[in-house]
Amino acid sequence: MNFVEEENILEINRVVMAFGGLMALSNLSFQVKRGMIKAIIGPNGAGKTTLFNIITGSFPPTQGSVMFKGLPIEHLKAHKIAQRGISRTFQTVELFGNMTVLENVMLGCHTRIRSSFLSSGFQLPQFRRKEAQIEESAMKILKFIGLVEKFNDRADSLPLGEQKILEIGRALASEPELICLDEPAAGLNETETYVASSLIRAINAKGITVLLVEHDMKVIMNISDEIAVLNYGQKIAEGSPEEIQNNRRVIEAYLGSE
Amino acid sequence: MSRIGKIPITVFALLIIAFPWVAQKIPSIENYTDIMIFAGIYCLMTMGLSLLMGYAGQISIGHAAFYGIGAYTSAILTVRYGFNPWPCMIVGMVISAVVAVVVGAPSLKLRGHYLAMATLAFGIIVYIIFNEEAAWTGGPDGMTGIPGLSLFGFEFDSIEKYYYLVWGFVFAVFIFTVNIIQSGIGRALRAIHVSEPAAGAMGVDISRFKILVFVYSAVLASLAGSLYAHYLNFINPSTFDLFFSIKLLIMIALGGMYNIWGAIIGACLITFLSYEWLHYFEEYEVIVYGAILLLVTIFFPKGLVGVPEIVKGWFRE
Repeated sequence: MNFVEEENILEINRVVMAFGGLMALSNLSFQVKRGMIKAIIGPNGAGKTTLFNIITGSFPPTQGSVMFKGLPIEHLKAHKIAQRGISRTFQTVELFGNMTVLENVMLGCHTRIRSSFLSSGFQLPQFRRKEAQIEESAMKILKFIGLVEKFNDRADSLPLGEQKILEIGRALASEPELICLDEPAAGLNETETYVASSLIRAINAKGITVLLVEHDMKVIMNISDEIAVLNYGQKIAEGSPEEIQNNRRVIEAYLGSE
Repeated sequence: MSRIGKIPITVFALLIIAFPWVAQKIPSIENYTDIMIFAGIYCLMTMGLSLLMGYAGQISIGHAAFYGIGAYTSAILTVRYGFNPWPCMIVGMVISAVVAVVVGAPSLKLRGHYLAMATLAFGIIVYIIFNEEAAWTGGPDGMTGIPGLSLFGFEFDSIEKYYYLVWGFVFAVFIFTVNIIQSGIGRALRAIHVSEPAAGAMGVDISRFKILVFVYSAVLASLAGSLYAHYLNFINPSTFDLFFSIKLLIMIALGGMYNIWGAIIGACLITFLSYEWLHYFEEYEVIVYGAILLLVTIFFPKGLVGVPEIVKGWFRE
């Protein structure tokens, strides 16, 4: 595949993350090129979610830097990173369960369109205009992810498969350049997994770079352009799906050495 | 959170308008209009606080201080300097907003209930200042001679007129607050309440929203304080003590903190209990409040507005 000017949208440089004495990530470096689907795989506890939390600003790394579009972001708070153009989903679904499907996606528009306290309180015309604009763009996303009929349902009333899809939709609402998906297929049945993978492809086709953590190897091998393998907080392999499938160290990490 | 429709709001407005008219006709509740003025003043505070507690998930144990700042700003500027009361009210609200930022910002940038501790200390400090700075505040004796309110020559000099003034404010603040809840800001607040990590990842600046709501609630408390001072024409520090802050929390817990109607119902009920219905208990009144708080948290965690839902649940079974 041909990536736009081979530009790195995200660069992880020698990132170290220590929780007390536990090294969750040690000296990890890798790049994500603009426009690709990159997967991070590895056994449980390899540091995948920790890496996601660092990229999206849940906490800063102990050492090292994270560059997004050439600028360091490792010490920014989560909402600032979201405003720069990185969006995410969570391994355990973190939807706003007491809100409707539409409201969840509308909240995702928060980075782009906002009204001031006074204009919201007095319902000034500009507020109504913005609110209509948010609703329209949220509906467009619901159409894209195929949940438009359920726009008025409470988010926590959806089955898990649709909740995961909705979470992706909410992440799309901020119009990110990079979307980080934390196990989008976990807990899904075969049909739901198929829907989720097609959606990820469709997102990528819109020009959004995708970084994903996943355990479902079928999904990984099907959709990713490049794979990085983590084990005990270190990168043990990186390359195309074919290369990874035949990599001895990867097989050892998953199955144990002979 | 369901949308609040036009019908309940219209009913609410009609009730407000009709109340003094009905109360006048029935001798045994003649004085209820007077009590409703205090209930309205408390409603202004509980609406802001329920936004803070129910939506931003933070507790303030120092709102009596903002109530006091409003009352004393109005009293000092009108009595000692002879200013017109209306701008003084705004000055009080601005002072409260600035103080709220100073008190709230450091603790609201942290996760957890640091705001409760900060406001507890703040409330006690302000109470001491009201007592000790006698040259300004009159000390424990308080201040007298605070003028009443008038607008373009229209004097709010009777109980009925002041009632409509206060409840006019309550209604306006109610509409404003409902609009906030139903806007993007309300969405962001609800999101913060459910999941701070997810709200942050969606670009919601969590501490900024918490500070915003805290400042709003402080400004409303200040407005309430000014209205109180101009109604009674007299204030002293004991009105603004720690127990009053706690009483506000009881109002919200009783009414229900996740619903703006809860703030109104709770404020009105507690006001009538303390001004009218609990005289029988005399100094044991505090125990009754304790019992109310206990019963509500155990049996109706969503407050009285949550009761219909519970009853509906019984019928389903």
